[in-house]
Amino acid sequence: MAKRIEVSGLNAYYGRVRAIEDISMTIEPRSVTAFIGPSGCGKSTFLRTLNRMHEVIPGARVEGKVLLDDEDLYGPGVDPVAVRRVVGMVFQRPNPFPTMSIYDNVAAGLKLNGVRRKSLLDEIVERSLRGANLWDEVKDRLHRPGAGLSGGQQQRLCIARAIAVEPQVLLMDEPCSALDPISTLAIEDLIAELKSRYTIVIVTHNMQQAARVSDRTAFFNIAGTGEPGRLIEIDDTGKIFTNPSQKATEDYITGRFG
Amino acid sequence: MTSEIDIGSRAGFARDDGVAGPPRSTGRLGDRLFALAAQGSGVLLLAVMVAIGVFLIWKAVPALQANEADFLTEQEWNPNANPPVFGIAQLAFGTVMSSFLALVMATPVAIGIALFISFYAPRRLAAGLGYLVDLLAAVPSIVYGLWGLHYFNTTMDDVGRFLNAYFGWIPLFGGDSVGGRSLLTASVILAIMILPIISSITREVFLQVPGSHVEAALALGATRWEVIKLAVLPFGRSGMISAAMLGLGRALGETIAVAMVLSTASGISIHILADGGNTIAANIANSFAEATETGRGALIASGLVLFVITLIVNMTARLIVARRKEFA
Repeated sequence: MAKRIEVSGLNAYYGRVRAIEDISMTIEPRSVTAFIGPSGCGKSTFLRTLNRMHEVIPGARVEGKVLLDDEDLYGPGVDPVAVRRVVGMVFQRPNPFPTMSIYDNVAAGLKLNGVRRKSLLDEIVERSLRGANLWDEVKDRLHRPGAGLSGGQQQRLCIARAIAVEPQVLLMDEPCSALDPISTLAIEDLIAELKSRYTIVIVTHNMQQAARVSDRTAFFNIAGTGEPGRLIEIDDTGKIFTNPSQKATEDYITGRFG
Repeated sequence: MTSEIDIGSRAGFARDDGVAGPPRSTGRLGDRLFALAAQGSGVLLLAVMVAIGVFLIWKAVPALQANEADFLTEQEWNPNANPPVFGIAQLAFGTVMSSFLALVMATPVAIGIALFISFYAPRRLAAGLGYLVDLLAAVPSIVYGLWGLHYFNTTMDDVGRFLNAYFGWIPLFGGDSVGGRSLLTASVILAIMILPIISSITREVFLQVPGSHVEAALALGATRWEVIKLAVLPFGRSGMISAAMLGLGRALGETIAVAMVLSTASGISIHILADGGNTIAANIANSFAEATETGRGALIASGLVLFVITLIVNMTARLIVARRKEFA
């Protein structure tokens, strides 16, 4: 079910401002790809072009191609809603629906897809919560509000909600930046488990995290403020962190800037 | 009353400088003045409420004692007769019925308008439309009354006859003295009058829906309507209920437009298409001028009932809002 993503010549704009310039890369299925880079380098913007979330901001638009197993997400007649059903997303701040119970949060996406049968819903909710390593903590209070959980649990709830609809790709935008170290570890363990089934792309500010969880790492940078972000290089994580081919990457990972 | 004082000590002016004794308030003048002003406002509100209540009861009691009929169940309103015979039943029924109908008609439309302005309309159109809706609120109610009396009632006369002819088997639309100056006409006018308040409050609530909830829904592959269903309506529910209740409050108290439109007839009738019906506020406006001493007392007693009805409506709304607070 995991799919390969091939991006070519991708530019993203906010109104007249070009946020990222001419990005091309291949993201392998059943692997974790990390995006690192200084703030404002466009890594989150780029991530959001992969499930067409970029364009929900007024004035924002995208040029270029994003192929998901040969199907262009930006091709004519492609419905962004359909794209988002196969490319799931987890956000920086845990955002469970506050008015819904834990159960209903996980079931939300399924109900959008027309799953109505109670027994099937029960089964998928349990499977997704187990998949997100949350089941044991919440199984006795499935019908309590999701907002009552701790931050780390809420984030795992959001992951459960995202994987409940069995997406092809899972995008994570700094999923641990609002969490404490223990919760972060729990999410990282979860990412390691999920990659056997999904294509995972994670944006992170934490280089150790990128080194721990990812198979491939992409480094983004900007030439200066107001300049569009660019992809500097993408390579195996081990190589990026030990022997990057670009000077800028080395400067960044060794802490010389950023 | 003590809670706001506690905040000071809880916020922790704890002294770790080794000086013994409980932490003292810094007691700045501005702080104390502000606390005094805030408490004063709270007390003033209570005092005004009590004063209104006492005034109404004080004026109403003599009339109620002179009344020959049961005030709560009697349908006639003849407080100026000798002996006085009057009851609130018909007026209360007309008030609640017309306001409830107005609410039923206005709420869906108002929420629809708010949703359209917030999520569907192109941005430029949205701003203009918002002003237009708010402008409806600026029309004086006497204008609605004149419009209702001289123009709209003929339209409603036709509508009433149509409904009566084809849906007369529904008791609400039954009866045989169908006319334009009916409870339904009053309700429609009330609905138009409460539309802007419901709509603009709902719109404010929708504007406050956190972007993260909307994004959560979008990222699950929700269509626009599904985003509204998943993120917007649940978040806005208590606000929508409050808005509707404010609208209902306005409808219950609306006086002059209703007084002008309704052709007063006595007796409770559920035939909302028929000429007639009356409401508490309209009745006060129509009969205060030529009322006797007892008549005024009776009208004030009816005002007291209106006060109680409005209070019950507001408390019910709060209960509804509070019931699922845990999920809010």
